Parts: sequence; structure tokens; C-alpha cells
Amino acid sequence: MSASAVFVLDLKGKVLICRNYKGDVDMAEIDHFLPLLMTQEEEGLTCPIMSHGNVHFLWIKHTNLYLVATTNKNSNASLVYAFLYKVVEVFTEYFTELEEESIQDNFVVVYELLDELMDFGFPQTTDSKILQEYITQEGTKLEVAKTKVPTTVTNAVSWRSEGIKYKKNEVFIDVIESINLLVSGFTRRMLGLIHVNANGSVMSSDIVGTVKLKTMLSGMPELRLGLNDRALFALTGRDKGKTVTMEDVKFHQCVRLSRFESDRTISFIPPDGESELMSYRINTHVKPLIWIESVIEKFSHSRVEIMVKAKGQFKKQSVANNVEVRVPVPSDADSPKFKTSTGHAKYVPEKNLAVWTIKSFPGGKEFLMRASFGLPSVENDEMEGKPPITVNFEIPYFTVSGIQVRYMKIIEKSGYQALPWVRYITQSGDYQLRSNF
Amino acid sequence: MEWANQLCENRQFGSKMTDSKYFTTTKKGEIFELKAELNSDKKEKKKEAVKKVIASMTVGKDVSALFPDVVNCMQTDNLELKKLVYLYLMNYAKSQPDMAIMAVNTFVKDCEDANPLIRALAVRTMGCIRVDKITEYLCEPLRKCLKDEDPYVRKTAAVCVAKLHDINAQLVEDQGFLDTLKDLISDSNPMVVANAVAALSEIAESHPNSNLLDLNPQSINKLLTALNECTEWGQIFILDCLANYTPRDDRESQSICERVTPRLSHANSAVVLSAVKVLMKFMEMLPKDLDYYSTLLKKLAPPLVTLLSAEPELQYVALRNINLIVQKRPEILKHEMKVFFVKYNDPIYVKLEKLDIMIRLASQANIAQVLAELKEYATEVDVDFVRKAVRAIGRCAIKVEQSAERCVSTLLDLIQTKVNYVVQEAIVVIKDIFRKYPNKYESVIATLCENLDSLDEPEARAAMIWIVGEYAERIDNADELLESFLEGFHDESTQVQLQLLTAIVKLFLKKPTETQELVQQVLSLATQDSDNPDLRDRGYIYWRLLSTDPVAAKEVVLAEKPLISEETDLIEPTLLEELICHIGTLASVYHKPPSAFVEGSRGVMHKRLPARTGSGESTESPDVGTAAGGSAPEAAPSIIPSQGDLLGDLLNLDMAPPTTSGPPPPTTGMQMGGMDLLGGGLDSLLGGDIGGSPAMGAGFGAAPAVMPASLNAPVGGGLGDLFDLGGVGMPMGAYIPPKIVWLPAMKAKGLEISGTFARRAGVIQMELILTNKAMSVMTDFAIQFNRNSFGLAPAGPLQVLTPLGPNQTIEVSLPLSTVGPVMKMDPLNNLQVAVKNNIDVFYFSCQYPISMLFVEDGKMERQVFLATWKDIPNDNESQFQIKDCHLNSDAASSKLQGSNIFTIAKRTVEGQDMLYMSIKLSNGIWVLAELRVQAGNPNYTISLKCRAPEVSQCVFQCYEAVLKN
Repeated sequence: MSASAVFVLDLKGKVLICRNYKGDVDMAEIDHFLPLLMTQEEEGLTCPIMSHGNVHFLWIKHTNLYLVATTNKNSNASLVYAFLYKVVEVFTEYFTELEEESIQDNFVVVYELLDELMDFGFPQTTDSKILQEYITQEGTKLEVAKTKVPTTVTNAVSWRSEGIKYKKNEVFIDVIESINLLVSGFTRRMLGLIHVNANGSVMSSDIVGTVKLKTMLSGMPELRLGLNDRALFALTGRDKGKTVTMEDVKFHQCVRLSRFESDRTISFIPPDGESELMSYRINTHVKPLIWIESVIEKFSHSRVEIMVKAKGQFKKQSVANNVEVRVPVPSDADSPKFKTSTGHAKYVPEKNLAVWTIKSFPGGKEFLMRASFGLPSVENDEMEGKPPITVNFEIPYFTVSGIQVRYMKIIEKSGYQALPWVRYITQSGDYQLRSNF
Repeated sequence: MEWANQLCENRQFGSKMTDSKYFTTTKKGEIFELKAELNSDKKEKKKEAVKKVIASMTVGKDVSALFPDVVNCMQTDNLELKKLVYLYLMNYAKSQPDMAIMAVNTFVKDCEDANPLIRALAVRTMGCIRVDKITEYLCEPLRKCLKDEDPYVRKTAAVCVAKLHDINAQLVEDQGFLDTLKDLISDSNPMVVANAVAALSEIAESHPNSNLLDLNPQSINKLLTALNECTEWGQIFILDCLANYTPRDDRESQSICERVTPRLSHANSAVVLSAVKVLMKFMEMLPKDLDYYSTLLKKLAPPLVTLLSAEPELQYVALRNINLIVQKRPEILKHEMKVFFVKYNDPIYVKLEKLDIMIRLASQANIAQVLAELKEYATEVDVDFVRKAVRAIGRCAIKVEQSAERCVSTLLDLIQTKVNYVVQEAIVVIKDIFRKYPNKYESVIATLCENLDSLDEPEARAAMIWIVGEYAERIDNADELLESFLEGFHDESTQVQLQLLTAIVKLFLKKPTETQELVQQVLSLATQDSDNPDLRDRGYIYWRLLSTDPVAAKEVVLAEKPLISEETDLIEPTLLEELICHIGTLASVYHKPPSAFVEGSRGVMHKRLPARTGSGESTESPDVGTAAGGSAPEAAPSIIPSQGDLLGDLLNLDMAPPTTSGPPPPTTGMQMGGMDLLGGGLDSLLGGDIGGSPAMGAGFGAAPAVMPASLNAPVGGGLGDLFDLGGVGMPMGAYIPPKIVWLPAMKAKGLEISGTFARRAGVIQMELILTNKAMSVMTDFAIQFNRNSFGLAPAGPLQVLTPLGPNQTIEVSLPLSTVGPVMKMDPLNNLQVAVKNNIDVFYFSCQYPISMLFVEDGKMERQVFLATWKDIPNDNESQFQIKDCHLNSDAASSKLQGSNIFTIAKRTVEGQDMLYMSIKLSNGIWVLAELRVQAGNPNYTISLKCRAPEVSQCVFQCYEAVLKN
């Protein structure tokens, strides 16, 4: 059904640790993995699924490791990848950083975890908070804690343990919206030598929102989150001000999906501590919050002149923080010169970028950056890609979609009072403006 | 001791100790040292020693010598130590089966431990110890654990049943574990239910006929309830299991869909895809006019789009599946073109898939946007991506007629970039555009000609040559251009040579006066100086044509070519249906049925979408009218005048559309010599082969496996002897049964059909003789098969192109594929056939020798053979006697080899030769055989072992037939 065995390899293809779950694929098959991958890389056509004979390798890469699952059946590929990413998540929570060294340093725990995470190819308990209750790193702690299975493992509520206590009951809600934007570019040729680039129109844009929780609540609280969801208001027939249409909503497994499907109520027993409760996508056309106009003039064999204008297209009261405009420059450029009306610009040669940083960028303002680079008289033969200009930013106390938490009801049988706190942040997601070099 | 001191020291200094210390150097006598430590009295020391053993194991050192010492540490109340010992056991038990018995007692004891963690650990581990000897000792502990009070133990025991079944299926059945497992589906704990479902599905998958997952409305209801409560993984097991169910009617189907749709909001992409699979399948049963149907369609789009923000590997799986979904139900994503726009930082495999989907979604409404994007991509730097983008522009032109002009001008812009591979790719697609819209865009030829010199890839050169030949009358210096290619004729690849030959002949027929010398030159190059039989024969045919009847030559060579169809890369409908049932799995990623890549997937379980209830359309009735490929253009005959003469025949050869758009049989490339001279050779002779369609790609060699229908039809003049060159039925050594009458004339209104089956160079052929014993002419022949055990299906239409007059007989070879729908027949090798002509539809059944399905790569490695022979239970073995056979063992072996029955080893014991042989069937089933031949005794004994024992009888018949003929 899914994986026959799972391997963790280093970048040279050496097996650091592995676990044979089903025994129907020869463990030595893994020796074919790296040669296959190398061949694909040489051809420039890597693929996350490779096969050798009737053995299939499904793999992901994380830092300096390959995580590979093998199978010879018609396995559920999406399950295998989701599982491999889950393994990364669990290991990361256990070892803070997952890399070659942390695997070697913790091989006993890694074996234990691999044993618990999957059985005969079927993923089992993969919630690291719960796992940490009975698979701990310190041998000494084990004896006491591991005398029984936490009931949580097999409970219907498999993500929260019983008996959690806090002096002060609070829950922090972060609503974070990421703006994805793709702006087309166009080129005008002048004199055959100079390429003037400018940015064109918005090709596509969407908002990906997430609601994150930091729960510090005692016992087994029942929570209900109310948003200004248009579909909900349509159901109940109320109409109070601005509502938001969410295109697609995804929930943490604690949320009762059938309840949401029937009456749009978001009800759940939250995991303790930090978690991502839900994510949503909104397809509406977003006005680019930070608009970039750029003119890049390339005088072959001599120099590149870059002019970038950034404009804050959001409310005057708001401020964008840590704005970073990343402009690609040719890899053979040298001797950078910058002039900025605000902020600070620098050349990052290892990434072939000119990065312009503005700590605080008020709405409605417009700033300018000029840069010039020298080009060698002998031109680089290799074709270079056409990386886009990208922008990073963060605007607190504000969501583009206008989504709002209307209420968070917290009910626990002990009847304590709990306080919900809400924060809103808008930030850049995949924010790209195509350029034409 | 020294090591322990060191440890203490480190602890004192408070430095962080990690497991990596266990990996430190190998000293002499390490095993000895470890042995001593393992037998130490001190608990802590023991544990450290076991850790060191495991560390050595991890880095690949052989520490199996320590087996008894490690097992001695097993009895401990320290859980961590116990886990380590268990881990060691899992790794080495198989190599030390006798000693593994030592562990049994502890397992049994641990299964009764007070601590459920230990009980579960024991039951989980013992299932992983794949040693036959211990399995029977484990039944009692397992039985207890399946009824354990702790759900953690029960859920672990449920999986253990599947493990045990994998080792010894009979034992599990005898012990009644399967029934207990079925009971667990009603367990109060959702995780236990999920694991029971997973275990049962796994067992059912390897035993398709076991009817284990007896799904009925009641059990479905239980599963749907558990679905709401179990973990994300459990939800996937349940959804995948649900997907195997066929609801009774559209109401049940709708109610299941309603309860599954909430899963589309799950954060785990795999849950979403499994839910999509269930919905796509059950939707098939809903009436299209139902409101709910359109609601469901609308609900599917957003989650599919969201999958594109998952991790790249998951995106890839999602995109491969979306590719299937847009072919099955284009309406779902028709407005979502933009989300498939390629991002700069997408990995290449994501980019290529997005591009493919963009073309599938391209329509008149969005073509402008698509083209702008494609043009953008075509100026990227990644060569493969750029090539595909250029090709995509060509596909748009062919798909959306209104956009053709813009596509052509975009391609011209790209040619101006002078980037070498862009230019070449553009020329290849422009040739396709010419074929689709003849006499429309020829004004661009001049620009193309400018780039002649930069073309270095065979496909681009061939395309350019075709263009020059095809439009020779409009290109002033066509002769010079073609002549320039001729200089290096022998260095060119075959496809370029063939094109050049045809193009120059075309040129000659158009401008005979100036090019006589050129044509002579190319004909002599092709016929005298070439070793390539295709090229030589094409040359000879032209030569004779030109010398005997130039008018006929003109009609043949310059005949109007059929138009190419729009979407030739669509997946064949029955395959598409099957793949939809496998959404999320490897099959859906490879776009191949599981039987194509899973060994011994037993052929019997091709999944199909359920039939719509209520409506009249039934998927069962063999609809003889349409050809099997589904894409055979109905309009084709109207383009080519159906003349009864040679010309018509020749032309029609060219007409065979590439019907196998599914995975082509891997051997088509190496069509058997003799026949291909006529099939592939003639076919390409007409110039029609060059990119008959974009999907054919470099399809010269892999010309559709269609045989000339009228080999024995009267052929005119000098061509007759030419056909003798090749001759049909080269002796390949394979056994071909004699032809017998399948359909007597009196049962079929005068049509008599007799025939046989043959396997020639990896291609299965049905060889038919059609005789018209009626008074009137018969036309419009077509053939279709009912579903059968091995998915045999015609790989092309029945090639009877001339009308069959009274008392005329025609021989036809029909190539067969094995990718058709599967249904078990009785007898296994029974085939029900429907043949249609202008008079009626006739049905008959015939039996094919199973040896036809023996594939060429059926020779097993010796080691694998041994292991497999042992692995297959003895119950699956059957024995037969072959009487009156007078061959010696070597003769028998070589005779059998001709039919792809491979001898792997031979042993002689007391004058008796034992031959060990392997056979692989086209659906991946392996058959192992032992043939005993006693010198002087005409009776052979044969034992057959196969995981699917039902084929044994048929295989035995083949042995008998092959050896006695």
C-alpha cells in the first residue's frame, strides 16, 4: 500500500539509517538510488519518482539528507510524500535541526521513532507532541514515563493529552495573510544593444491566509471560532458589514470537518501550544501592496544601469516593515554603485542580486533606488536565466482580505474564564515581478 | 572498562554525550569485547553494549555472531534495552533462523506483560521476524492481542495479521485471524478500525479473489463513521478502501459523496487526493442533470488548485493526477488556467507538468493568455523546458484553429532569436501546422529556409526536408537545398535519409526536367550503398514506380495527405478510466496501469469506473462500430478515395492512424524484419509518416503496427516480385497452431473466418483468413473483442481495405495489444470476438495458445528462480505427463526457447535430465517449470509452479503443443 522501506541517506548516497517495514524489496536496491539520481541530474530532468527494475524510489531532500521510500507495489504516492515530510517534521522537533549529524547523534531514538511512525508500511502516530510523551531521548526519563501508553495515542482526540494545566488560561490567535503576485514584464529593444525593461500588468494574484494558535488552556476545552465568512452569513441570513469569500479552506485535523461542511461552524478541541488551525485561499484580484517599477538598461560590454521605484499602495496609517527589494543582476557584473532615497542597498554577488532594504515603509510613499554595475568587455557565454524581481515585506495590524475574527468561544467543563488575543499580519508570499534580461 | 571511565568523565564535565560515540573505531577483537560486555552483570553496561552492537549494525558491519548474546539480554524490564534487542532480532533473525527460536519464549511472555507498550512492541516485532519456523508459535499470542483491552495493542495486532499473512497465508486463514480482523472493523476505537481496514485491503490486494473486503452498505456506513474520527493516515486507508466499492445506485453514490466531501478541507494533501479519487469514481454514477452533480463539480476545483501550494513532490503527484482529471472531466478546471502558470522557482518536473496541463486547458477563450505565457517560457534558459514550450505553441495552433495564425507568428519571432534548439523545435512544429492547415502559411517557408544550416538534429532536419519536398514547386532553389543535404547522405540518420529520398522524388515529379540527375543520385545512394533495408526497399519501390508508370508514381507520391488530428496525446479511454480509479498512486503518476509495473499483479483486477445507473449506456456491450483505439478518425475514409486498385491500397497503408496512444508495446520499435519492410516501409514511403501527428514524435521506426492488408491481393506489374523480397512469416521458431475455422460461412451470412494466433518478434498477431462465400460484395470490416483474461485487444483497426468480392479470400494480420480491459474467462484462454461488415455483426469465440503471451524477457536469474520456487506455496504446484515425445532434452529446450520458454538450468540425476525453466506472461505473471526427461522414455513429467495456479493447465497445453510440433 505504501512504503516497503524507508532510508535516510547522506548526499553521497550512503545509508545513514534505514528501516525495512515489509521485507518485499531487497534492501540492497538502495544502491541504485544515487546513480539514478546522478544520471537524471546530468540530463537536467530530475523527478521525485525513479524506478529501477520493479523497484520504485520516492524521495525528498532535506538539508544534507535524502529521505527515500522504496516500494514494488502500486503504492499511494501522495501518502508516501506526505509521510516523508511528516518524518522530517517529527525529527526536526526532536533534534531541533535535522541533518546528517543529528541522525548519527541520535540513532537509537531515530530507530524508535521509525518503529512508531510506521508499521508494515502504514503510517501510525505521527504527532510529535504525543510521541514525545512516550518516546523520550533521555534513557533515565524513560523508565518513569513509559510505563503506559498515553491514551491520547489511540483516542479520537489524538492530538491533545488530558490533564493539561495552566494558571492563566489564554489563547493567542495570529491571522497571517501572504500575498502571492506575478507581474509580467516586457522588453523594448533600442539600438539593438540596450534593453530597457519595465514591468507590466498583474498576471495572477492570490492571498493565502493562515490562522495560527498558541493555546495555553487547561483541560479539554471546546473552542469555536467565528470569522466574517460570507458563506456563513449567507447561511444564517445575517448581514453585518464586510464579509470575505474563502475559496478553499484547509483545517488541522482537530477541526470537525463535517460540522464545517454542514453549517460552516469551526469547532474543535485545540492541540496544546502552537499549531496551525486553518489555512484558506482567496482568489480576488489584489492591488499590489508594494508596486515596483524598474528600468534596467544594459549596455553590453560596458555597464548596467538599474532604476527601481517602489510605491506603497496601502493605507497611510499602516507601515510596511523590513521591506526588501531583490533585483537580479548579471552574474559577471562588478563594481556596484548605489544611490537610494531611503534605506540601504547592497550587492550580494553569490546570489547575483542587488538587495535594497527599507526598515519602515509608510503607506502612500514612494522611494527610489539607482544602481550601476560594470560589465566585462568579454561577455559571459553562458545563457543566464531571467530571474524575477522579488519583494519581501510585512505589514502588521492589517489583512488585505479584510478577514476578521468575530469571536472565539472557549468552553471547558471546569468553567474557567479564558482570554483570546488576536493579531493580524499581512506579508509577502511568492511576490514576483518578471524582468527581461 | 576504559570506555566506561571515559563516559563517566564526560558526564562529570557535563559535556553533551551523543549516540555518535558508539560509532567509534573498530579495534581488534571488537566482537570479543562486545561479547564480554553483553554478558556483564551490570544493567547499564549491558545496555551500552547493545547500543554499540546496534551502532555497528547501522554502519553495515556484520554483528550476527553476537546473536545468542544479544538475545540473552532480551529478558529485561528496561524498555529501551528491550527495543534495541528487538531491533537486532528483526535484522538478523532471517539469517539465523534456528537461533531465532530462542526468542520465541520471550515474545510469548512479553505479549502478556502488564504494560501495553511492551505487549504491542512484542506483537509488532514478531510480525517482522520473517522466519517460517517461529510463525506458528506466534498464533496464540497474536490471538490474545487481537482481543486485548488496550486499543494500542489491538491496532498493532491488526497490522500483525497482515504481516503474518504475507509470510504464511494458509496459517492465517486456518487460524481464523481473517474473521477476527473483519470483526475489528466494528471496533469502538477509530485507530483500530483504520488499521484493520488497512490490513484487510493489503491482504485483499494480493489475493484479489478472496472477497475479503466484503463491502456492503452496512460496512460502508461503519467506515464513513470512523472516517470522521481517525487520524489523517487512517482516513487515507478508509478512503482508499471506499474507492473499491461500487454503490448499488445513484442515491447511495450521492450519499457517500456527501459524506466524503468534507475531507477535501483536510490539511493533508494525501487525504484530499484520496477523497478526490472516491468522488471522481462515484460521480460517474450520478445523473448529469442532477443539481448535486454540478455542485460536486464546483466543489472539486478549489482543493485541486490548493494542492499546487503543497511541497513540490506532492505538487508533482497532484499535477499528474490533474492531468488525468482534466481529460476525464475538463469542465472542473476550465476556468483555472492561471494557476498553472509556471513560476521561476518551480522545479523542472513541476514546470513540465504545468505546461502539459496548460495546453489541455487551452481554448479559444484563453488562448491569448496562454500564448503570451508560452512565448515567455520559450525565452527561458532551461533547454528541456524551452523545447517543450515551443512544442506547446505548435500544439495550441493545432488545437485552437483561431489561434493558428498567432502561433505561427510567435514561432517566427522565436526563430528570429537564432537560438539553435529553439529554431529546430520551431521547425518541427511548423511542419505539423502545415499538415493541419495545408496551403495557408506557406509564406513563412522563406524564413525557414534561411535557417537550414543551423539544423543539426535529425528530427528538425527531417522536418525541414519534408517541407522543402512538399512545397518544392514554390521554392526556387529547392533542388540546391536538397542537393546540399545529399552530400553527407551516409552520415545522416535513417529518418533524414528516408525523408530526403521521398523529398527528392517529390521534387522530381514536380520539376522533372532539372532534377533527373539528382533523383538518380539519391536512388542509387539508397538502393546500392545503403545497408538499411527500409531505405533500400523504399528506394526500389520508387525506382520501379518511376520507371514503369510515372503517372501512377505521381498519384502515389504526391497524393493528398490526410489531416492530422487535434489531440493525439489523449490517454485511451479505458486506460483513463482505470487510472482515475488509481488517483494518488504510482499508476496515476506513471499514467500506466498497475499491471504494467507491478510484478505478478495478476491481471485479473483492472479497476473500472462504475456504470451510470438508469441511463441506457452500458459499458459492457461490445460496440463494434468504433475501433479499439477510440481515436481512429471516422472521417479518414472520406479523404482518401477508396479505390480497389493498387494505388488505393498503397495510400491506405499510410492511413493507419496511431491508435495506440496508451503505452505502446515496448517492442514496436523493432518490428520484425521481413514484415516491416512492407508495413513500416511502404507506409512511410508516402511521406505521410513525417509527424503524422505531434504525438508520434520521432515515430519513423515506431510506425503503427499495422500490416498491409492485401498482401495476397492482385498487385500490378513489377511490384509483385518486390513483395516477395520480404515474405511473410519468417521462421521465428515460435509455435503457431494451424489455422482452423472459427466462424463457418453458414453462421455468418456467407462470411467464413478461419485463423490462428502467432507471436512474432514480440508482437501478438491474430492471423485471419476471410472468405466471402456469399453472392454480394462485403465491405466495412471491423473487429472487436470482448473483455478477456489477459486484456487482449486489437492494436489497430482491421485492415480490410478493398471490398471482398464473392468467392474472394483475403488474409489479414491483426496486431494485438494486452492493455485492454480484463475479465476472467472460462477456459482462461477463451476469446470472444465480434466481426462486423456491411451485412451484419457476427460473434464467435476461439481459444488462443497461451504461449502467445510469453514475453521475450522471461528468463529469470538463477538465484531469483530458486527463491521464487521456494516462495510459492506447494499447493500451487501441478504436475502433468507429456506422452510420446521423442526429443532429447536439448532439442526440447531449444524448441521451447523458440516460444519464449527459457531453460535456466539443467541437472542430470541418474540418467534423468531435469530442466528448470521460466516463463513470463504479458501481465507479469511468472510461471516456473521443472521438466523431467528420462533417456529412452517417451513420457515427460512436468511440474509447474505459479502464483496464479489457474494458468497452469493452459501452460501445460502449450508445452504439449510446442513439443509435439
